[in-house]
Amino acid sequence: MTTPLVEMKDISISFGGIKAVDHVSVDLKPGEVVGLLGHNGAGKSTLIKILSGAYAMDTGEILINGEKATINNPRDARTYNIETIYQTLALADNLDAASNLFLGRELVGPTGFVDDDAMEAETRKIMARLNPNFKKFKDPVSALSGGQRQSVAIARAVYFNARILIMDEPTAALGPHETQMVSELIQQLKAEGIGIFLISHDIHDVMELCDRASVMKNGKLVGTVDVADVTDDDLLGMIILGKKPGES
Amino acid sequence: MDDQAKSMMDKLGLDARLLGMIGALVVIWIVFGFFTDWRFLSPRNFFNVSVQTASVAVMATGMVFVIVTRNIDLSVGSMLGFIGMTVAALQVQWLPSVLGLGHPMIWVIAVFAAILMGAVLGAAQGWVIGYLTVPAFIVTLGGFLIYRGAMWWVTKGQTQAPLDPIFRLLGGGAEGTLGETLSWVFGTVAAVVAVAIMLLSRRRKATHGFTVKPVWAEGILMAMAAGLIMAFVWIMNSYPIPRGAMRRMTEARGIEYTDGMVWNHGVAIPVVILLAVTIVMTIIATRTRFGRYVYATGGNPEAASLSGIDTRLLTVKVFALMGALTGIASIIASARLNAVDVGLGTLDELRVIAAAVIGGTALSGGAGTIYGAVIGALIMQSLQSGMASVGVDAPLQNIVVGFVLVLAVWIDIVYRRRAGV
Repeated sequence: MTTPLVEMKDISISFGGIKAVDHVSVDLKPGEVVGLLGHNGAGKSTLIKILSGAYAMDTGEILINGEKATINNPRDARTYNIETIYQTLALADNLDAASNLFLGRELVGPTGFVDDDAMEAETRKIMARLNPNFKKFKDPVSALSGGQRQSVAIARAVYFNARILIMDEPTAALGPHETQMVSELIQQLKAEGIGIFLISHDIHDVMELCDRASVMKNGKLVGTVDVADVTDDDLLGMIILGKKPGES
Repeated sequence: MDDQAKSMMDKLGLDARLLGMIGALVVIWIVFGFFTDWRFLSPRNFFNVSVQTASVAVMATGMVFVIVTRNIDLSVGSMLGFIGMTVAALQVQWLPSVLGLGHPMIWVIAVFAAILMGAVLGAAQGWVIGYLTVPAFIVTLGGFLIYRGAMWWVTKGQTQAPLDPIFRLLGGGAEGTLGETLSWVFGTVAAVVAVAIMLLSRRRKATHGFTVKPVWAEGILMAMAAGLIMAFVWIMNSYPIPRGAMRRMTEARGIEYTDGMVWNHGVAIPVVILLAVTIVMTIIATRTRFGRYVYATGGNPEAASLSGIDTRLLTVKVFALMGALTGIASIIASARLNAVDVGLGTLDELRVIAAAVIGGTALSGGAGTIYGAVIGALIMQSLQSGMASVGVDAPLQNIVVGFVLVLAVWIDIVYRRRAGV
């Protein structure tokens, strides 16, 4: 048994008396893609925002490589090489691609000043790999198309050698061609041994890309299954009825 | 022909908004020049306008950061008054009784006290806004009332004058300038530095293999930058010091005064302070992490905090910086008048906000430039001085400035919509 990359144990968080996440445990191994499924409001995004440092959990613990991790803010998460692609993309629309890619981790020159030229050069390199059609390096990201914005958000997660990648609905705003690109990227990252939490509404995506799937309903974990062992309908049953396959 | 001009503009890399503001400024100068037999375009008037702009412009650079982070600061005028009165009382009453009248350290202590006091007051406001999450509008509206009241308490409403003689130089006047020779030196150094920075930036871009502007375009820009600086110095060095002040100055330096002597003003010290503030603030805005975070937070606060930026602490820093700049502005304003009464700084908050907004700072946050705010302040002051010099009475001046403010913002909105930014 390999040590899981991430273990989230017995995690709970409440907002104003509502248990958004209620004693949920999930884990992720190197080179594995784990799908997180559930309706809107099931608690998937909240659970994942605890891992990325956006929310502080009320109870529970997080282990990274078997060791207890303290994640109080997004900066802490980044030190554990946890990178997140948010559903909203979390881009500062008024800044250009390079400024967004390096936001919070700017490259500085020897004098301590931000080195925009170096950041642009690095951005050009990674974009040549991820999205060769990307040309608008000088424009604010508000001037970019949905797919281009998405590729900036993905580049930001990939550039900093993520070992744990969280993708919240990465294909929701994309056309078929770009969705295909994201799928290929996931396969490639997986082959590099990166663990990926993939939040999705789309059962077909999950069946195609994920090794395991954890399903949530009303803040609780319904169950975690190997994707190879279940059918689309089994997963649907878990999402809608909150029942594991075989349960009556 | 139109396309050709447009492509030339593209190659020069000057943005339309900057050109628009400079165009507006030139039109204002020419119109008022025409109605004043060109007195408005005399070196004397340019000198006065430059000095009168300094205080508001210094604060406007800080207001850019405040507005970019989706906040507002209504307290700067009152804070300027409060700091001015405190620092004046320090020079007139407290320090002379401890150190002795005319002690050479008085002005140094006064300057530090003003800046420190501004930074502390600003940080306190920023803390309430950032950590206690009271809206900036309310916090600074409270500050607006508190500082104006506190100002009265410092001296029970007594006007403080005269200020320390060295401190007074920071406000301009015949003595408060670099003088002719030093102004030329200053201008030459500034021009050389400006050209050097442009060359360095070009070389850095070339080493990364980016496309750079054509040589002719870069050459024109360098010539324009150096030319503008030297032209400004030349104008300031063409304004002779009046006879009365000359007698006083020659006497102070032990030179015999003769009728044929002509000394010129040169660049005023408050203008030198303004230029230094503008350069430092521009570097902060464009070349530091703090500046980057200011713009990122203004563009998308949630994205900024998800990127690990502590937006609450950032708010404290932004308001502390605004306060420190208000301290500097307060030094300039009180030194220029050589006295502080309870009205000092009244309505300045609105002039400062107007300058930033005319200069292209968007109240929705995320956008605004330091140079824009400085030019905005210059436009406001030119309008005000121009109307005064053609004899428009004060109430009408306010009406015109009010209309211009609304008009400028409307043009800016239309421009943004067209440019799609």
